Amino acid sequence: MMRRLERLKSWEGFLLAILILIVVFNIFTTPHYLQIQNQINLFQLHIEKIIIVVIMTFIIINAEIDLSVASVMGLAGCVMAYLFEQGVPFGWCLLAGLMTGVLAGLINGFMVAYVGLTSLIVTLAALIGFRGLAHVLLENRSVGNFPDWFDRLGQQPLIGPFPLAMIVFFVFLIIALIILQWSGAGRHVYIIGNNRQVARYSGVNVRRVKMTLYVVSGTVAAIAGLLLAARLGSMRGDTALGTELEVITMVVLGGVSIFGGTGTLFGVLLAILIILNLRNGMGLLNITGEIQTGVIGVLLILSVLGPNIWRGVRDAWNRRQRIQRMHVGEE
Amino acid sequence: MMQRVKRYFRPEQLRELSLVFLILLIFLFFGTQIEGYFSPRTFNRVTSDVAIIAVVAMGETLVLLTRNFDLSVGSIVGLTAFFTGKLLTFNPDLLPVGALLFAIGLGAALGTLNGVLVAYGKVPSLIVTLGTLAIYRSILVAFPAGTKNVVTQDLPQWLLDLGGMQLFSIGEFDIKPVVAVGLVMLVIFQLVTSYTRFGRRLYAIGSNPEAARVGGLPSQRIVLFAFILCGAMAGLAGFMFLVRYGNLTPAAAQGMELQGIAAAVVGGVSTLGGVGTMIGAMLGALMINLLQQSLLRWLVISTFWVGALLGLMILISVTIDAVIINRLRNIWTQQGLEINPVDETKVVNEKESHDA
Repeated sequence: MMRRLERLKSWEGFLLAILILIVVFNIFTTPHYLQIQNQINLFQLHIEKIIIVVIMTFIIINAEIDLSVASVMGLAGCVMAYLFEQGVPFGWCLLAGLMTGVLAGLINGFMVAYVGLTSLIVTLAALIGFRGLAHVLLENRSVGNFPDWFDRLGQQPLIGPFPLAMIVFFVFLIIALIILQWSGAGRHVYIIGNNRQVARYSGVNVRRVKMTLYVVSGTVAAIAGLLLAARLGSMRGDTALGTELEVITMVVLGGVSIFGGTGTLFGVLLAILIILNLRNGMGLLNITGEIQTGVIGVLLILSVLGPNIWRGVRDAWNRRQRIQRMHVGEE
Repeated sequence: MMQRVKRYFRPEQLRELSLVFLILLIFLFFGTQIEGYFSPRTFNRVTSDVAIIAVVAMGETLVLLTRNFDLSVGSIVGLTAFFTGKLLTFNPDLLPVGALLFAIGLGAALGTLNGVLVAYGKVPSLIVTLGTLAIYRSILVAFPAGTKNVVTQDLPQWLLDLGGMQLFSIGEFDIKPVVAVGLVMLVIFQLVTSYTRFGRRLYAIGSNPEAARVGGLPSQRIVLFAFILCGAMAGLAGFMFLVRYGNLTPAAAQGMELQGIAAAVVGGVSTLGGVGTMIGAMLGALMINLLQQSLLRWLVISTFWVGALLGLMILISVTIDAVIINRLRNIWTQQGLEINPVDETKVVNEKESHDA
């Protein structure tokens, strides 16, 4: 237990060191990096992703995965935009978009928790299917011209310098921190991720926990999709395509094991800051979006490969020490 | 009689048979809906596309059998097609065999990177290939070589001829080189997975990785080899893609990994490893593509339904596998036990001695 704590601490320390390195680099390359407006832009450009990262952390700790978040984002936005285009009152459009997410989560959750299929393949099918539905609704049109207050909500500050999406993020983050790190429900998420059987025999309602997580994931993805629609001012069938890559990268880089059971939101928060600042820095160096995505891909692999190699080296070192001690004993 | 049937048929074969039946149903249904559907043209168009997806799906099956995943094949197909096209643009005198080997070699190299990271780096294949999916695509986008796209005018004549050529025709049904390659690959890999040591080891590792390791199989090497072959097949598919389409943008073959996995899964290859055949993967590819091509020509619903249907098909076939096929397999096993019953007295005795 102590050793695991120590290792986690060292991974988070490592993340912190990298973060400081990137921030220092950014400060020296651009004069207005530290201005509040730039800091807010830094978040605002990727705010929908990091809202989803919070719930994805729960799901991966639970030893499952949700690849469909980007498609749910797109579908929720497209349902909203489609109904708006048909002349439905805007409030109902928003509600329908939100319900789309709930429904998507229910489908995923039912298939994973009650039918007992692997989450990887269920959410992969959902990724393809929901994206397909989004294309069915909007075909290849782009729908915009939402009410002014909606666009304003997405693009302009609401309280002080903070836009709505950032407030949503911080509220979610605080709720998630309390639930995951300091509540019984949070312990259940960890226990299931560590050993599903043991959790079940200990009286944890595994199915209900998994179902809840997927429904929340779908709902949060829908909220993120609507916020994205507000920020962009228009929706297309392929909006938010491929977002899942970065969401999963942030969670895994934050020290959450893809096999479940370990990791904390604090680590994930550091990983979020690292990737946002890295993107900001690459943007300042005129590196295009596609290549930034490639760099994120490298980061994703390294964030798992790095600790693996480190563990291998440490084990080899310990073995050698032991053998040497044995030889000393013989003499 | 029933026993004999059970001995010669396995649940997997039953599943493949029903897939054939479904494909026939789809074919007959669209025949009544679309004018001139039962024509050689439909056959020629569907087979060329199926061949490409089927090659990708068969490569994917090798990896899926070992309980791994390869999400990067779409990017590998795009990258090899694009770079082979560029290579031929700049060296028009290159021999056809050279270009083909370049495509397969490049695919194999990219597959090797995946395989090394999964087998020796101990990184889960989902993470590795989700990463390389993005990395390979960004290499393609970042590639600085004058004009971005590969266009048919710059390609040598033999490559263009290859796309339109007919190896032989039965009536008006043409067998194109692309289709022939697909069929040859099907035969080769069906034999490899059924009868070679390497093939059976793929199933062994996928069925129970721990048992395979304890049993002394060189698991790491076999998984690596599966990824290399998958990459090489994707490279071959990339070459076929270039032959078929000629005009390529850096977004070429984007999303093909999803079609490949969908084809394999619909064809009965389990994502939990150890279950599935090459014929199944090919049938899955055929079904998906037949549906896609038919929807393109069916005017009742929009073409945009393709994606949604694909997702639904995967979900349904996985559910059927989990609910029905697994139950059938259990029945089969039990019947097998009844033919050669376990000596129950012995079991009881052992249990008693254990208790004592």
